[in-house]
Amino acid sequence: MSKKSVTHHISDELLMAYSAGTLPEAFNLVIATHVSLSDDARARLREFEAVGGAVLEDSETVALSDDALEATLKLISTRAKDPIKTMRQQPGIFPSPLQDYVGGDVESVKWRRIGNGVKQAILPTDKGASVRLLYIPAGQELPDHGHHGTEMTLVLQGAFEDEDGRFERGDIEVADQDMEHTPVAAQGPDCICLAATDAPLKFNSLLPKVAQRFLRI
Amino acid sequence: MNVQDRVTANPWVAEMRAIHEHQDRAAFAALFRHFAPRVKAFLMKSGADGALAEETTQEVMATLWTKAHMFDPTRASVATWIFTIARNRSIDALRRQRRPEPEDLTWGPEAEPDQEDTMVLQQESNRLTRALSELPEKQRVLIERAYFGDLSHSEIAAETGLPLGTIKSRIRLALERLRHAMR
Repeated sequence: MSKKSVTHHISDELLMAYSAGTLPEAFNLVIATHVSLSDDARARLREFEAVGGAVLEDSETVALSDDALEATLKLISTRAKDPIKTMRQQPGIFPSPLQDYVGGDVESVKWRRIGNGVKQAILPTDKGASVRLLYIPAGQELPDHGHHGTEMTLVLQGAFEDEDGRFERGDIEVADQDMEHTPVAAQGPDCICLAATDAPLKFNSLLPKVAQRFLRI
Repeated sequence: MNVQDRVTANPWVAEMRAIHEHQDRAAFAALFRHFAPRVKAFLMKSGADGALAEETTQEVMATLWTKAHMFDPTRASVATWIFTIARNRSIDALRRQRRPEPEDLTWGPEAEPDQEDTMVLQQESNRLTRALSELPEKQRVLIERAYFGDLSHSEIAAETGLPLGTIKSRIRLALERLRHAMR
């Protein structure tokens, strides 16, 4: 699978938090998918995991109970070797961590129309943040979503453009509440994005888009 | 025990191999004595109470045995590998969440790990561990909090009363030093 090089990267702060395990599941999914598409993010993640190992090595200790080793050996005797299960590269548009949540590639997505040809599919994750796939026809504006928290948008197919430039497959844009932008899907193949936010979802199919923008909900 | 590993100071790599190849309980006991109290401290700092931390530590250490054949010393130090197992287990035990992991680059049957690659990686880890312990106290504490406190930068700011910008710049400085040590 050939890769163009990713030009919009994830920040150190977020990659470190992913490595430390302190982010909500929805963000973890977007970052795991981004890392699968970006050699730069993969190399930096390896460094952050190494820092985690060094912190563990350098850490203070808390004594275990006297029989802890015995108990662990007993636990082991009841278990088989773990089968080798790694996240292997899958053919298709979605990298394997995303395929894992969707239950397959793009043809397995259960889309719901939300107007103007735009479709979305919310993926099941723990509360605290939500993540969804968005399908935006070429040339169409992305659904407006005022930012009340942090929002991450990762491109999987096609491209979108906004004030910050052009975002193609593997590129990630992170927006916080100060950011106003109006992304538009570029000409060419329709745009598919994976987007996570820790604010409540700001639009749905029942409200006209104008009303959503006006009410900032 | 492989003499090569002793000479090149690859801590714990030989023990991992002994577990993988010979189900060596003595090697496991040595790893357990070193890492289990660290894993337990990590879990308690991440919010587990004593009983849950004890139970989860035993799970983590048991996983080290059942996954020993997957440890690759050319990709991670034993400490790093155990850190990732403990982190994933703690997300599962404390937050009941799944942990999405990136796609793996390698495929096909694993070859015998290359001695020189192992040595390079392990030396890099040793330099990193030293660099971490030599960081200015203020920077080192923040790195530890970021990994072991289960707190975001803004939560650390709220808790310590330090401005967010100060926290971010201290972490940035610390990361520069740590990265320098790895290269």
